[in-house]
Amino acid sequence: MIFAAILAGGIGSRMGGTDTPKQFLTLGNKPVIVHTIEKFVINENIDKIIVLTPKNFITHTNKLINDYIGDSENIIVIEGGETRNDTLMNSMKYIEENFGIDDDSIIITHDSVRPFVTHRIIKDNIDAARKYGACDTVVPATDTIVESINGETIQSIPVRDYYYQGQTPQSFNVRKLFNLINSLTEEEANILTDACKIFTLKDEDVHLVMGEVTNIKITYPYDLRLANTILEDSND
Amino acid sequence: MINIVYRLKAPKFFEEAIDEIELDGVVVRPTYLSICQADQRYYQGSRPAEVLEEKLPMALIHEGIGEVVHDASGEFGPGDIVVMIPNTPLGEDVCRANYSYNSKFRGSGFDGFTSDLIKLESSRVVRLPDGFNPAVSAFIELITVAYQGITKFSELAITPKDTLGVWGDGNLGFITALFLKERFPDSKVIVFGKHLENLNLFSFADGNYQIHNVPDDLTIDHAFECVGSSASQSAIEQIIDLINPQGVISLFGVSEYPIPINTRMVLEKGLTVQGNSRSEREDFIGVVETLKQNPQLFEYLEKLVTNVCEITTLNDLKEAFDIDNNSNFGKTILKWNK
Repeated sequence: MIFAAILAGGIGSRMGGTDTPKQFLTLGNKPVIVHTIEKFVINENIDKIIVLTPKNFITHTNKLINDYIGDSENIIVIEGGETRNDTLMNSMKYIEENFGIDDDSIIITHDSVRPFVTHRIIKDNIDAARKYGACDTVVPATDTIVESINGETIQSIPVRDYYYQGQTPQSFNVRKLFNLINSLTEEEANILTDACKIFTLKDEDVHLVMGEVTNIKITYPYDLRLANTILEDSND
Repeated sequence: MINIVYRLKAPKFFEEAIDEIELDGVVVRPTYLSICQADQRYYQGSRPAEVLEEKLPMALIHEGIGEVVHDASGEFGPGDIVVMIPNTPLGEDVCRANYSYNSKFRGSGFDGFTSDLIKLESSRVVRLPDGFNPAVSAFIELITVAYQGITKFSELAITPKDTLGVWGDGNLGFITALFLKERFPDSKVIVFGKHLENLNLFSFADGNYQIHNVPDDLTIDHAFECVGSSASQSAIEQIIDLINPQGVISLFGVSEYPIPINTRMVLEKGLTVQGNSRSEREDFIGVVETLKQNPQLFEYLEKLVTNVCEITTLNDLKEAFDIDNNSNFGKTILKWNK
């Protein structure tokens, strides 16, 4: 089976000035999260879409899905976790309890605040996760990366050609991800906030899928303003 | 739903743009696209400045096939391979929809096919049978233009069709000559061109001549002009010279310039001049059926596939247009992975 996990667990601490998590703010004429879910709904290869939100947003999310997308048996909204790993683990538990963990299933994990993901990126994720067991969506770094450990002076400037910026989706073989997350010590789990990092530290290959510069993450109020401007511009 | 579209912003400059599509039609993921001269004229900036000013930014490409992702009506299933019809009627008319002012055309009046997904009405897609060569299928639209012209010609012509002349040794000349031979197997199809190396590829035709080397006593019953640009003038002049009375001249070649025609001889010979542009759903159905019934046609049409470019970045798209611009013959196919 192919699962999609839409990670909407965050409470948007970086968004500032608003009580509503950023995934529920409006982009164009719909909430950000609805735009994101739509990308997965029209992909008929995906068997189940698991949306993970804060507990007090489950009812709200269900209503949004019902209002904008309609009845869909393929979408389930469940509670996310404290951390990204906890949220991922909740999606794993849901899969384990309802479908069982098998060798062939894959899971596409995606930030709910990246509504501009393309059909091509999702397709490439499915292909790469099936073939390699794990993949990350990236774009080549365009800015020079500067390393400063003390925050005051530069320790090194790595060769930019070897650096990429991580986006999502990140996609995995379900069993591999399940086993790796379960194998983390509490200390590791606190440090390893990125699922691909868990794979690389456990010596598992993570394949690169090319993202898009348009696949931006709406993190700050500025991002949402920018995204709305771009969308309005296209609708003129 | 949000969709990403790759538009030509200015000549030789593509950019990503964000668009929204409704999910009330057929949503197609493009797979193989094909560059047409019309796209190339936008890309090179050779259209008049006011046309570029009015139409850009716009996604180019109106020839292509894709895979159905979603169809609200259920008529098409996910994974169905379809050819997309660029002509989009927006109202009824007394004329054919490909000549109607009520129609919009992709890559001309609105966005073409270079995007992540394309939403079309279900009447704007035709399912392809299994096993169709995707690179050839990418330019089915161009074949339909020849096909609709030939269909119209067959309704118009009142004199015998013993000898049919095709002017132009490029892609459209090749396709028109090939489909004439298929439609009228008993007619002699003669090709008139400038480039010997191109003419040698027309092995299915009954004869070919370089335009400066035509026998004095040669006549033809009907003619198909597939030359275009300023060279249309000399082609039409030669056609009027060689054509028998009451013949039909079918014009296909697009020119940015007004072309003078020797109307005195058009009158004297009682000729019919028929213009041809674009195509409609019935032409797509006709071409798909013809190719299905005559799979040997693919062997000839494959000769037109001179470049296949995989597109994963906007720079790949630019390079493909540059490669295409440097090709004298054949089609540049875009394997769309953007």
